[in-house]
Amino acid sequence: MTVHNLYLFDRNGVCLHYSEWHRKKQAGIPKEEEFKLMYGMLFSIRSFVSKMSPLDMKDGFLAFQTSRYKLHYYETPTGIKVVMNTDLGVGPIRDVLHHIYSALYVELVVKNPLCPLGQTVQSELFRSRLDSYIRSLPFFSARAG
Amino acid sequence: MAIFSVYVVNKAGGLIYQLDSYAPRAEAEKTFSYPLDLLLKLHDERVLVAFGQRDGIRVGHAVLAINGKDVNGKYTADGKEGSSGIEMLETDTFKLHCFQTLTGIKFVVLADPRQAGIDSLLRKIYEIYSDFALKNPFYSLEMPIRCELFDQNLKLALEVAEKAGTFGPGS
Repeated sequence: MTVHNLYLFDRNGVCLHYSEWHRKKQAGIPKEEEFKLMYGMLFSIRSFVSKMSPLDMKDGFLAFQTSRYKLHYYETPTGIKVVMNTDLGVGPIRDVLHHIYSALYVELVVKNPLCPLGQTVQSELFRSRLDSYIRSLPFFSARAG
Repeated sequence: MAIFSVYVVNKAGGLIYQLDSYAPRAEAEKTFSYPLDLLLKLHDERVLVAFGQRDGIRVGHAVLAINGKDVNGKYTADGKEGSSGIEMLETDTFKLHCFQTLTGIKFVVLADPRQAGIDSLLRKIYEIYSDFALKNPFYSLEMPIRCELFDQNLKLALEVAEKAGTFGPGS
């Protein structure tokens, strides 16, 4: 069980942060384009889910999986999107993604007067805290599984 | 009904079949202690209210959990080697399952997140498609499916899937 990578987007589609831990195959396109592709796909999926849902939605799109990986999604009311790709053995991790937002992003970036919002996070503290948090997760194994 | 709809998509991405079998399921969570004012009965492998009405629970409501322990089935995960498209998409109100055949036909089922046995249901729908649509001499490939036997057997399969939660081998 492992975490492949993590994206953080704001409401305008700007990729605030990207980290990868175990990624076997690259996308074949530049990172900028990959972020736009990811954001566009999530935008389309959210719109699709709201149209297809037979009942009134509360949280909306949560996750999808293919035969190789599972993509987990969490969005705040302010439009901040946390996207994590893991392997298939991982169950619902909405609380983990919420923790990344509230205890890491809000505490270390939003509340930091020197961190400008709306652009890629430069804070080294955020990067290292996020990395150690992900490595401490029960479903993260140091060996790519 | 825990299975909301079935979609069949051809290679070009066109919709060739669509079935909605959605009835709004009102779920009321009420905690009762013994003795219950309701008469429960086992019907079709579900425990239903047969007589009595209290706090919005009426005849026809099914028991979902006892003392917090889930009584409905559990769902299985699908595992296939090699890269594929989206096989399952999860939201808080439904789960979308997709099965793509080697010929490029996509079978899409929207169901309740708790519904089990959708993977075998998808294989079963593929079987019904090959039996009643492909073997029908008046059906042309990739075109909308208007075969009565396909409709009938599909609806039967949905009922079986909702009740039993899974198909036995060789069914």
